[in-house]
Amino acid sequence: MQPALELLDSSLLERIIGEGIELQRDPGIKIHNQEALRLLADAGASVDRASMVARIPQSLVERTLATAPNAFALYSSDGRAAVHYQDNRVHFDPGSAAVNILDGTTGRHRPPVTADYVRFTQLTELLPAYDAASTAFVCSDVPGEIGDLYRLYLSLLYTRKPVVTGAFSIPTLHVMKDLLVAEAGSLEALAARPRAVFDVCPTPPLVWSELTCQNMMDCARYGIPVQFVSMPLAGSAAPVTLAGALVQHTAESLSGVVITQLARPGAPLVWGGAPAITDMRYGSTPMGAIETGMIDVGCAQIGKRLGLPTHAYLVTSDSKVVDVQAGFESGMNALLGALAGINMISGAGMLDFLRAQSLEKLVVDAEIIAMAKRLLAGIEARDESLGADLIRAVGHHGQFLGQKHTTRWFAREHHIPSEVVDRASLATWEEMGRLSATERAQRRAASLLAAYRTPPLAPEVRRELRAIALGAARQHGMEQLPPLEGE
Amino acid sequence: MSQELFSKLSMALIDGEEETVAALVKQALEQQLNPLEIIKQGLTPGMNVVGEKFACGDFFLPHLVMAGNAMKAALSLLEPALKAGGLIRQTAGVVVLGTVAGDIHEIGKSLVGTLLTADGFVVHDLGVDVPTDRFVRVTRETGADLVGLSALLTTTMRHQRQVIDALTEAGLRHQVKVMIGGAPVSAHWAQEIGADGYAEDAVGAVGLARRLTGRGTGS
Repeated sequence: MQPALELLDSSLLERIIGEGIELQRDPGIKIHNQEALRLLADAGASVDRASMVARIPQSLVERTLATAPNAFALYSSDGRAAVHYQDNRVHFDPGSAAVNILDGTTGRHRPPVTADYVRFTQLTELLPAYDAASTAFVCSDVPGEIGDLYRLYLSLLYTRKPVVTGAFSIPTLHVMKDLLVAEAGSLEALAARPRAVFDVCPTPPLVWSELTCQNMMDCARYGIPVQFVSMPLAGSAAPVTLAGALVQHTAESLSGVVITQLARPGAPLVWGGAPAITDMRYGSTPMGAIETGMIDVGCAQIGKRLGLPTHAYLVTSDSKVVDVQAGFESGMNALLGALAGINMISGAGMLDFLRAQSLEKLVVDAEIIAMAKRLLAGIEARDESLGADLIRAVGHHGQFLGQKHTTRWFAREHHIPSEVVDRASLATWEEMGRLSATERAQRRAASLLAAYRTPPLAPEVRRELRAIALGAARQHGMEQLPPLEGE
Repeated sequence: MSQELFSKLSMALIDGEEETVAALVKQALEQQLNPLEIIKQGLTPGMNVVGEKFACGDFFLPHLVMAGNAMKAALSLLEPALKAGGLIRQTAGVVVLGTVAGDIHEIGKSLVGTLLTADGFVVHDLGVDVPTDRFVRVTRETGADLVGLSALLTTTMRHQRQVIDALTEAGLRHQVKVMIGGAPVSAHWAQEIGADGYAEDAVGAVGLARRLTGRGTGS
């Protein structure tokens, strides 16, 4: 039995959905995209071109919810279905689009470069906790205009795992599609076995920009799954009450469903989010707050009620270093996400309000995730006699270490963490250098990376990927791509 | 008599009651009280209390914003009276604020605007998706001391650089300090593009504005 957490009783759930549907009609959704407005008007929405507001009737919401798929899978480069966006199957990936990296050597936050991205992706590939990779941060050593596609290019070279990504402009989305098609062989092959999902973020409250709206429709038409990441910031960009923030998330996400399904009925999509509360002392939006996690649990419950795959941003911290705060915020919120049965939980590795990534934290978070996954596996009845027969057989003075039953089951029943989690004696800890978890994570990262092997990639595919990335770079004034090791 | 009115005005400002503040300001103007005195004795003391309470953790952003909105309402009633009387109010500086071209995110920027107004700055909030040349034009027209540029996307950040370059080209760069903000913005980026400062959140932006203009709370 997979343990579960729900925060909304059915009456509150229905009320939230009801208000979300109401908002589609009044005040409607503001959409900075002429094509989307036209699609909506043709489908029966009342559209005011001047104000760019579409009032979407309930019937259209219901019709498009009915065509949205309940499930789909993401595939690794070797053709395996690695992520199942369905039911209560839970997966994790690192967070995406950070602008800084916490340098493990200097302890300072700095802009990341290609070498950082490669190491991060290699670690993600090696850590079993991560079901998917992400385009974790923006490389500062390439022009900003190709920042999105360049990260995807690197990910395709260094990891087999499916990639959670996103585009930064309208034209680059098509180049990113070209990269994915180059690897898949054809657009049909890519659509049949998606390797990547694209995040699109509405602007709170109730607005879609031209870019995000266009990305949504283009992905839908290509058969590339779209992941809505509505981010109600409770108290500043959304109602301060958690229920009110959920209403806004529902409204924004429903409009995403409508637009995507009108662009192409049956297009795979994800009811995702990155909500947060607003800290009224600073105006910052803490991702590590318990209320942030609670809103995510609510969002997922609503998405599931609507029969859709779900996503959220969790396992993150607002701390600037990999310290106690980073540990407890990420750990506690990871459990909330896991128990809520969220299909894809993005965020591991991240610090400082999703602005920074850390290789050390990526390694620590892998331990958190492994614990969460063990929790989800629950408690099973392994044998006919759960324990009575064995206890009776062992008797009043026996022990269990030497029992065949123990040898048979210990590895399945008890998760064995890596050396990042210290369970040795005090004396051993002192002998080993009195290391902290973060220091042990750093060492583990180094030893994992030493054993990394690049996934096999057909030379002609590698050439084509490089040509696409290089072509884009040259269009923006960069003659050569940053050199990669072994090139 | 006027002391009682000023006292009520301060209290209403502290309580963030925009309508009451507006009504009391109108009353004060009807009584022919000097607009500068209304500001100095009625509004500024209230704003100072709000600022102190916020600094020591008794008040929070919502209180600041409510007071700031009430302040804006009061000032918009007082501006005509000041002008008519040929009076000039002391301010902390003139700020041109906006979200750069191609970017429609506004909440953070608007919060900064409100807090700066509450802090005694004159704020020209140009809104969102502001073309670079408009930033330059308004800076020139208002004789601004400070330009605040917000960008929430990695792709629109480059317009922050564009505005700074355009100000230089227009011969205005020496006249203003430029501060930038927004989620993907960093101190490193600020340095790279030649901005004078970078703030990570709204409260930090006010402190930065004060440091850059060399002034404290005005009015």
